[in-house]
Amino acid sequence: MESTLDPSIEAQIREWRAYLLRRRTVHHVDVDELEDHLRSQISELGAAGLSADESFLVAIKRMGGVDELSREFARERSSQLWKQLVLAGGSVRERPGSEYAGLLIMACFATGAAVAFKLPATFGIDPFATGTSDGASVDADASFYLRNSALLALPFLIGFLAWKRGLPVRVVAGLGVPFIAAAILVNVFPFERGGDTELLAAIHLPIILWLVAGVAYLGGAWRADAPRMDFVRFTGEWFIYYALIALGGGVLSALTVGVFEAIGIDVAPIIASWVLPCGAVGAVVVVAWLVEAKQSVIENMAPVLTSVFTPLFAVMLVAAILGMALTGNVIAAERDVLILLDVLLVLVLGLVLYSFSARDSDARPTLMDAVHLVLVVSALVIDVLALAAMLSRITEFGVTPNRMAGLGLNVVLLANLVWSAWLLLAFLRGRRLFSDLERWQTAYIPVYAAWAAIAVVVFPPLFAFA
Amino acid sequence: MQARRDGRIAKDLVAASAMPLVLAILDEGESYGYAILKRIDDLSGGEMEWTDGMLYPLLHRLDRLGYVEARWDSPPGGRRRRYYCITPGGRVALSEQRRQWQVVSGALQNAWHSFQVANFALSTVEG
Repeated sequence: MESTLDPSIEAQIREWRAYLLRRRTVHHVDVDELEDHLRSQISELGAAGLSADESFLVAIKRMGGVDELSREFARERSSQLWKQLVLAGGSVRERPGSEYAGLLIMACFATGAAVAFKLPATFGIDPFATGTSDGASVDADASFYLRNSALLALPFLIGFLAWKRGLPVRVVAGLGVPFIAAAILVNVFPFERGGDTELLAAIHLPIILWLVAGVAYLGGAWRADAPRMDFVRFTGEWFIYYALIALGGGVLSALTVGVFEAIGIDVAPIIASWVLPCGAVGAVVVVAWLVEAKQSVIENMAPVLTSVFTPLFAVMLVAAILGMALTGNVIAAERDVLILLDVLLVLVLGLVLYSFSARDSDARPTLMDAVHLVLVVSALVIDVLALAAMLSRITEFGVTPNRMAGLGLNVVLLANLVWSAWLLLAFLRGRRLFSDLERWQTAYIPVYAAWAAIAVVVFPPLFAFA
Repeated sequence: MQARRDGRIAKDLVAASAMPLVLAILDEGESYGYAILKRIDDLSGGEMEWTDGMLYPLLHRLDRLGYVEARWDSPPGGRRRRYYCITPGGRVALSEQRRQWQVVSGALQNAWHSFQVANFALSTVEG
């Protein structure tokens, strides 16, 4: 930096920079650029005979108000619409109300979720209580919770989000429809206890309901692409926060049990049957509130996490491919391998999606985008090899619900990743914009909902509830 | 920049013409924010009043739309500066904008012309 200016002016420029940077929508590079402008203006005014102080004041005045400027930048970065929520003024999706009221309402919804979750216990359905009932009824209770957990917890998340966004009653009622339909289906279907179809329905149902919650999160504006990306970001951040809180809760519970054991009181049953289930369910709402309230904290954490793990995953996958090529061993067509691969693909897609959502879509291709391409392509290679092995196994041993679900998920993810790889390549070569990639990912979200719906609604009757 | 004066161009008009104006200036060659504003000042004879800072969100938008490309230039010893140049996509957008503005400006010219004729007729009758 040139420092031909008066020290007091330099100090004022520093102060102005800091003031601008406090607005989260104005990035460092923007401020650098604006500062260059400011300095050009000051030196020209100085050359025209104005004093340093006068030049500074005139230049600042011509630059325009900081509020106005940061709002304009925020509007421009529409893909980061959620930041506008925290901007003073100009917010349309946020319901007015003090922070304190928000905290109270959140606490009500979280408590409601915990109460609803424990409500079945009053009808004797309580798999968390130890030693009170015989094995068969514990199994039945566990099966009830397996199918209904998401149905008990997520309505309160939706209620909280609906309150936060001020959704009209009509929309909220519309969101209730899939919940009622799902509640009827999973409890009316004559599932074989502990069967595959029951487990599959239980795994896929929360996905559908979470996406329904997404509609509430977006304030009903789920049709547009850019807001959908906000929900992806919300999902990723929710997940990170939930993991952190679960970790803390686990440590706290273990310590509590230990401390009370030392003074001769056994609190383990209370912890297991009340504190853990209620805490886990209440946390669903609390974490959503935290993510909303503490966006700027997470904003610093999420890009760091993804940029640490994306290269690591890419290295792992490339190493696996090299290992296969060098030893000539192919993927063993075992039952667990298909599940492992599905988990791998889900993780890769999750990493890619999440880092896309945290990325500044205006930025030029970076090394990280190349790493993404390596990650996606190597995951694809491994997946295609495994799919071939798996198809041969299915033709040999026949179709089971698990294989069918695994295969279907694999195809759904594969289709997404193939086109993502293509778009990434085109982006790196400057043929496509990054927003094309974002649009593809957000447009694909309903496919997940459709697939999950098939697993919940079609699979059980198809496989005779086995 | 020139001295401010009254009877400046209305804000809406400045906002509407900002994009084609910036694209046209970048079509002349690579430039940076401060120089672009100076050029606008020159071209409009100082009649177009900008809040300087507002140029930068606009440049961002043009960048996002793929109409311009930005790069940082840091000369040794100097402060770094962001330069913009127009892309082929930007040229296409510029020519479309230009066509639209020509239509608007042509319509206005015609309207002024008939207005002048009517005025002239009126004044000769009165005279």
